[in-house]
Amino acid sequence: MTQDLSKQSNRLQEGGRIDRSKPLTFTYNGKQYKGFDGDTLASALLANGVDIIGRSFKYSRPRGIVAAGAEEPNAIMQIGSTEATQIPNVRATQQSLYAGLVASSTNGWPNVEMDLMGLVGKIGGKMMPPGFYYKTFMYPKSMWETYESYIRKAAGLGRAPKENDPDIYDKMNQHCDLLIVGAGPAGLMAALTAARSGARVIIADEQSEFGGSLLSSKEMLNGKPAAEWVKDVVQELSGFDDVLMLPNSQVNGYHDHNFLTIQQHCTDQFADRAPNGQIAQRLHRVRAKWVVLATGAHERPLVYGNNDVPGCMVANAVSTYINRYGVAPGKDLVLMTSNDNAYRAALDWHDAGRNVVAIVDSRKNPQGTFVDAARDRGISIIVGSGVIEAHGSKRVSGVSIAPLNDAGDAVVGPIIKMAADTVATSGGWSPVIHLSCHTGARPVWNDEILGFTPGATYQKQLTAGAINGAFSTAQALSEGVKVASDALSQLGLAKSDVALPETEVVEEGKAMALFHIPHTKPTSKAPKQFVDYQNDVTAAGIELACREGFESIEHVKRYTAMGFGTDQGKLGNINGMAIAAKMLNQTIPQTGTTIFRPNYTPVTFGAIAGRDCGELFDPERYTAMHAWHVEHGAKFEDVGQWKRAWYYPKGNETMQQALDRECLATRKSVGILDASTLGKIDIQGKDAREFLGRVYTNAWAKLPVGKCRYGLMCGEDGMVFDDGVTSCLAENHFLMTTTSGGAARVLSWLEIYHQTEWPELEVYFNSVTDHWSTMTISGPNSRKLLEKLTDYDVSKENMAFMDWKPMTVAGVPARVFRISFTGELSFEINVQANYGLHVWKALFEHGEEFNLTPYGTETMHILRAEKGFIIAGQDTDGSVHPFDLGMSWAVSMQKPFSFIGKRGMQREDCVRENRKQLVGLKTIDPKAVLPEGAQGVLDPKAPVPMPMVGHVTSSYWSANLNRSVAMGFVKGGLNKMGERVFYPLADGRVIEAEICSPVFLDPKGERQNV
Amino acid sequence: MFHIYCPHCCEYREEEEFHAAGQSHIARPLDPDACTDKEWGEYMYFRANPRGIHHELWVHAAGCRKFFNITRNTQTYEIKEVYKVGEKPSVVADEAK
Repeated sequence: MTQDLSKQSNRLQEGGRIDRSKPLTFTYNGKQYKGFDGDTLASALLANGVDIIGRSFKYSRPRGIVAAGAEEPNAIMQIGSTEATQIPNVRATQQSLYAGLVASSTNGWPNVEMDLMGLVGKIGGKMMPPGFYYKTFMYPKSMWETYESYIRKAAGLGRAPKENDPDIYDKMNQHCDLLIVGAGPAGLMAALTAARSGARVIIADEQSEFGGSLLSSKEMLNGKPAAEWVKDVVQELSGFDDVLMLPNSQVNGYHDHNFLTIQQHCTDQFADRAPNGQIAQRLHRVRAKWVVLATGAHERPLVYGNNDVPGCMVANAVSTYINRYGVAPGKDLVLMTSNDNAYRAALDWHDAGRNVVAIVDSRKNPQGTFVDAARDRGISIIVGSGVIEAHGSKRVSGVSIAPLNDAGDAVVGPIIKMAADTVATSGGWSPVIHLSCHTGARPVWNDEILGFTPGATYQKQLTAGAINGAFSTAQALSEGVKVASDALSQLGLAKSDVALPETEVVEEGKAMALFHIPHTKPTSKAPKQFVDYQNDVTAAGIELACREGFESIEHVKRYTAMGFGTDQGKLGNINGMAIAAKMLNQTIPQTGTTIFRPNYTPVTFGAIAGRDCGELFDPERYTAMHAWHVEHGAKFEDVGQWKRAWYYPKGNETMQQALDRECLATRKSVGILDASTLGKIDIQGKDAREFLGRVYTNAWAKLPVGKCRYGLMCGEDGMVFDDGVTSCLAENHFLMTTTSGGAARVLSWLEIYHQTEWPELEVYFNSVTDHWSTMTISGPNSRKLLEKLTDYDVSKENMAFMDWKPMTVAGVPARVFRISFTGELSFEINVQANYGLHVWKALFEHGEEFNLTPYGTETMHILRAEKGFIIAGQDTDGSVHPFDLGMSWAVSMQKPFSFIGKRGMQREDCVRENRKQLVGLKTIDPKAVLPEGAQGVLDPKAPVPMPMVGHVTSSYWSANLNRSVAMGFVKGGLNKMGERVFYPLADGRVIEAEICSPVFLDPKGERQNV
Repeated sequence: MFHIYCPHCCEYREEEEFHAAGQSHIARPLDPDACTDKEWGEYMYFRANPRGIHHELWVHAAGCRKFFNITRNTQTYEIKEVYKVGEKPSVVADEAK
């Protein structure tokens, strides 16, 4: 070997699946290091002898890398070389190393090596029991925000970027016969079986390479290293058109009806920023006919004193770092185990040329293939014992070993101390059942494997391999074939032959149920024994929670924070449950388990948002005349998804100046409004008229063809929810208009009544909102303007108020409605949307002599308020019926059918005295404009809280009247005409108003009847 | 996210195309004016919230715009059947049998 490995003190001279010809430089906490292509950030840090990668959540203790996969609780990193590319909460064990990677610890202040918070942890250890935050920071409530920022900083939660993410994220919908989660031996075998049988297969794995456990072991398949078998299978799978292979892809959520989400890391595994045009991450949304969970198992560490000192690791992680990455994370290893399987870590350590100090086995008489192999190598095995405590502060310096009783819950002999820098432990394996829990299945305890396996589900889900407790490679392979066969037969596909590879014969002795290693001192006095590293939950904390009366594991979890956060209890949950069970004197299944929820690991917001950001966040709807409005300087407001012209300022006009000009011009000569956004529903059928009578409060039986009528629509509770004008186009044909924002809701309302209550009525509804451009010309000169564009006789005699006529306008067929929302002579011109801009422009060509003035929604609101016309949704709020609005004229109680709302508005509460009623509000100071929403009182000197009588719903400055106009609710207001109401404002002013009719302008309606 | 079979389109579609519209089989009283306030209140506001089998009205809002019924287990979210308006469910809760 010629590479300079001098800086990588823990890098082995050979071995591993890394490419030593491709050295990579990366930065961690501001310092440069070297690793190799094929490393994870974690393996590269270990290779460089970086022991401390963070400080703990509560006690601020130094922490090191514990595991090698998704279950890593400590190595949570902030990744990103620029502000815009920051990604928080990345597990170093899951981040591939790339050239120029910049990572930093997410906790530790001022830095992880010398952490001031650590002093608090050391002093405060005893002062921070479980429930500490609840107990300490509850009071005073006003201080919580202060506490919170302190806690967050101390807790070391990652931070979001402050700049916009420059990368593109994407989503993709997928369908398949079989989605296989996990590409270890079981998953690969299932994929191979299904693929050869012609099924559409997706196989996803969180790792950068397929192979799972086979990549980290020295196992042989068909007499060759297992990795070669993996290579062959991957190659064969890649030859199938219907197989989608997704490495670097975490299946994060298992949702209803076999809908799963997969977060694929496309470029963020090899670059800080996606190369131009490439997708950084993609969220696959998969609907699978069948799902195979082959998610494997996580090794459980044992719980012992100071088990969080850097150098304490999970046994299997040690093997993975040696075999897969060519890194031995130390010199002198002590292995503590309750099973045979973990012996492999010591064998790998020994074979890598490092010193195995001892294997400490809790069992009295271990026997099996791996035990023999250890004895053959001359490794010292201390039986019937446990490591009760690790020594050291920033790195393990040694261990205390003591003999244990048969139950493993008491120290029964003298302590031996041994020097070591690494402690690997194994309490057995916990199946990765998280995804199976996402749809609500309760896990089932299995005494044989000392772990939970997936519970019954109605999902079309199968499980194979270690997730079932089938921990050996041989079992995993055969289960992979079996589940694929089951799925194929359910799918009606014939199964092709697949031969199982030959595996080595391994004999393993029985494992011991061991979770928590006793100390000579009681748990509460012993050195801290961590159960959940990420949340700093200790065995003593769980015991305390139980002593304080928490019996349900769900409550213990919430009290101690065990299994919270991004960790989701991957390493610690079962140990925690075992400790609680023992305290409560019951079994683990009796104690129960907590349910895992999506997502399995943190998902970036980028992946969740995908392309639904910026302009694509929500569709914007434009009218046919939108470009004209833009060109003429309109300001826009959002009405639902519509962009509506709000007002058209000229030069340096303020908004109020523009509104005043628009209002005056309209009432003096003529104004024009783009009203295309009004909802329009085409209603046809022989029972259309009957139907209208049922959904509107007024009568429709006698409306002749060619006439329009205003109607109120109520709910069954009698409360107004929409209004509009409906016109009779032909005997069985009507055009209903709705508010701009209410169109979809009204259509749905009509449909549900027709389909579920009155299917016998022959009536059809269709939304035609977008089919028509609508422009309203309003003002005394509107008729003269229209006459310039049509030959049709639009005189009062031929076209009366509330008539509509078909005619040609600007050479285009049009429906013109003589209806008015301003109280002026008005014509609402409707043309096919494609002609909208043409007609609009033609109106302006001929409108110059009349000073034709475009006005927007704000002027429309003012003009209608001058006339006391309501806006459904502004002057109504779902709690007012037509009588509250003083609109009894729009209700026909004599109709034969009990229309929607009739019964509701006759309920006791709806007919009582003193309901809030809509009235006009004339401020005593004509210049004072009431703020909308202001609450009225009858006595401004009443003590606070004053009895409130109703709020202002609409209020504007009226240039036409040279005073303010307003409407609002006042209790019993319709009987209080002329009385005073007061509006005390937040700024101390009190505005006094007289209750009056809401019609401020032209009460006799003379302006529109011309 | 549900995978829902629309009995009118005769296809499975994603939940995004549908809207839930409340409990099924709430018939509007034929003579509302004859109802007491209490009866009208029951009709308007009172709905079952069962754990287990439930009958719900859904609409294929971004599809055929037709309303139809779903029998769904509110615990597992399993859809037991879909059936058209006017039809009766074939799967009912035990206590309702």
